[in-house]
Amino acid sequence: MENLIIKFIGSRKDQLVNDWKEKMKNEADERALRLVSDQVFSGASNEFVEMIISNLKETKEQFNNRLNDFSEKVVRLGWPLHFVTEGLRTFSKLVWEGMQEEKYITEENQMDVIYTFERWMTPLQNDVVDIYSRTWERTVSLQKIALQELSAPLIPVFEGITVMPLVGTIDTERAKQIMENLLTGVVKHRSEVVLIDITGVPVVDTMVAHHIIQAAEAVRLVGAKCMLVGIRPEIAQTIVNLGINLTQFTTKNTLKKGIEAALELTNRKIVKVEGTK
Amino acid sequence: MTNQSCVKIFNEWDIVAARQLGRNVAKELGFGIVDQARITTAISELARNIYLYAGQGQICIEKLYDGGKSGLKIISIDSGPGISDIRQVMEDGFSTSGGLGAGLPGVKRLMDEFSIDSSPGSGTDIRATKWLR
Repeated sequence: MENLIIKFIGSRKDQLVNDWKEKMKNEADERALRLVSDQVFSGASNEFVEMIISNLKETKEQFNNRLNDFSEKVVRLGWPLHFVTEGLRTFSKLVWEGMQEEKYITEENQMDVIYTFERWMTPLQNDVVDIYSRTWERTVSLQKIALQELSAPLIPVFEGITVMPLVGTIDTERAKQIMENLLTGVVKHRSEVVLIDITGVPVVDTMVAHHIIQAAEAVRLVGAKCMLVGIRPEIAQTIVNLGINLTQFTTKNTLKKGIEAALELTNRKIVKVEGTK
Repeated sequence: MTNQSCVKIFNEWDIVAARQLGRNVAKELGFGIVDQARITTAISELARNIYLYAGQGQICIEKLYDGGKSGLKIISIDSGPGISDIRQVMEDGFSTSGGLGAGLPGVKRLMDEFSIDSSPGSGTDIRATKWLR
């Protein structure tokens, strides 16, 4: 029965591909089309159809490799998953209709053909979805790692003075990292003053404040002083409204002021060099 | 209702989504930066309470038009364990989770109107409104 389908597809391949492309172009939402040029679309479409056909002819392994390559390409192109599954469905429908027209399908073998189709398309669909989701998962986990790398850096700026700039939302996971990096960093750099810069933190709610207070307390225990800088006016107001007590902190509105204060605390200051142009 | 949009809270990232929604609506209504910060902070507190204590629930943001005034209403609904002593949780410094205990009283101060309805076993329903001045 598979041979029947292969024979049919083989004899009408070009037409099938064209019909399919035409149909899919109407189906595709603008997002998918805007992202890819006509040439890329047709290249990918050819490959897609080739892939569907190869499932019937090649060994499982060959097919898997092809599928892998193709899925990665499609994900890169930003084709939505529903477009790809729709593509599979459309293709099988075209083949079915074509086979009916050409009288490949008769009253007697109708059920057989349906079952063969089923056996052909279902695993294909499952595989595509599976590879798709795996590619996504990998992207997400890579991004997670990338995000973790930027989550809580500690930068030594002067002897004894380190800065931790925080950008973005602070969740429990990140709060934990902040604490760890802060403490190991303070010991490693022999910091006397640590400045936590929250210019880039969009919302300071009680949880964020609580984590910062705890971190500062821990820093105090290892013998350094913690300063909170980059408090924007609107954040200052919400902190007051919430009734959060930050009196044990030295706070400044900019990192610049914070560094000046930190230098003062360590008995230094920045002076202009005289006599040079 | 078209004036209302909701975010379901299941994990920590949904808190961010709820906050973002609130900030967008607040911006759209013409709230200033300070009030935007107040509204997003209030949403953050309420959403975090859902996540921490109820496990799941939802935050709805509603646009209000009352005569010449417009405003924004945050509705926080969950079917978690509920609160047995509302007076106690509205006191500053009370927390069952080792936090600062400033969340709910804080929200009340951040917003103009505040109501809470909860009893053990029947979940919690909190509504808070900020009017545009």
